[in-house]
Amino acid sequence: MNLKKYLVLLAVMCFGSVGDALLKRGMNDFGPVDLHHPLHVVTALANPWVLAGIACLIVFFSSYLNALSWADLSYVLPATALGYVLVTILGRTFLHENVSPARWLGVLLISCGVGWVTRGPALTAPRQARIPAPEEQHEIA
Amino acid sequence: MKSLELWGAIFAIVLASSGGDVLLSSAMKRIGDLHDLYAERGLLVVVGRVVSERRFLLALCCFTIGFFSLLTALSWGDASLVAPASASLTFIASAVMAKIFLKEDVDHRRWVAALLVCVGVVLLR
Repeated sequence: MNLKKYLVLLAVMCFGSVGDALLKRGMNDFGPVDLHHPLHVVTALANPWVLAGIACLIVFFSSYLNALSWADLSYVLPATALGYVLVTILGRTFLHENVSPARWLGVLLISCGVGWVTRGPALTAPRQARIPAPEEQHEIA
Repeated sequence: MKSLELWGAIFAIVLASSGGDVLLSSAMKRIGDLHDLYAERGLLVVVGRVVSERRFLLALCCFTIGFFSLLTALSWGDASLVAPASASLTFIASAVMAKIFLKEDVDHRRWVAALLVCVGVVLLR
């Protein structure tokens, strides 16, 4: 793992969370979707918050594809879960949301999980053919 | 019966999301490290290789099924149940499927991390 790869994981965390938050902000302006006119939702694309959210999610998906090209899925998923923590801290700081002790415990558990998994190898080593022990080679001969 | 339908929809979300992730991971491993490919061949070749990979397209189909299953589950049950249940179960299902289908070395470190994140997500919602 080098700095560039950690930055890719950071991009997965940040752009996914920020993209979701921007979409939520835009859809709050747009209002509830009418199920009788489902195509009306396309007009939400004119909302700048929605457009910014989609741009962030495109960066998120590109970073996610990049991460999966050099790391295991069972490494990437927990390693990028820090996005949940980021949303909680952003909500507490900028939206002045009330964060209960149970939520802070959740933040702590996720942080521990992320710290735990990122200290291990990112990719499963390819299996190598077992080299016979010297006595086995003698038996074969 | 309604509860059974709701959990069926949550199961569909988990299965489609985890299946999509496994297919996506498999597709990207077949293509190889995107950093190297981009440095050697440029952006257009990278995009072309990704969108022409059949497993990538199947992954997109799975994510679409997962999205509509989520909408269905949300119309039947509370978001406070559907969102954490589906997100946390997806972490565990993905680890299991990665071990079975991708032959990843899911050691005790990754199991513990997946469980910690799973419980943490439930507490956050």
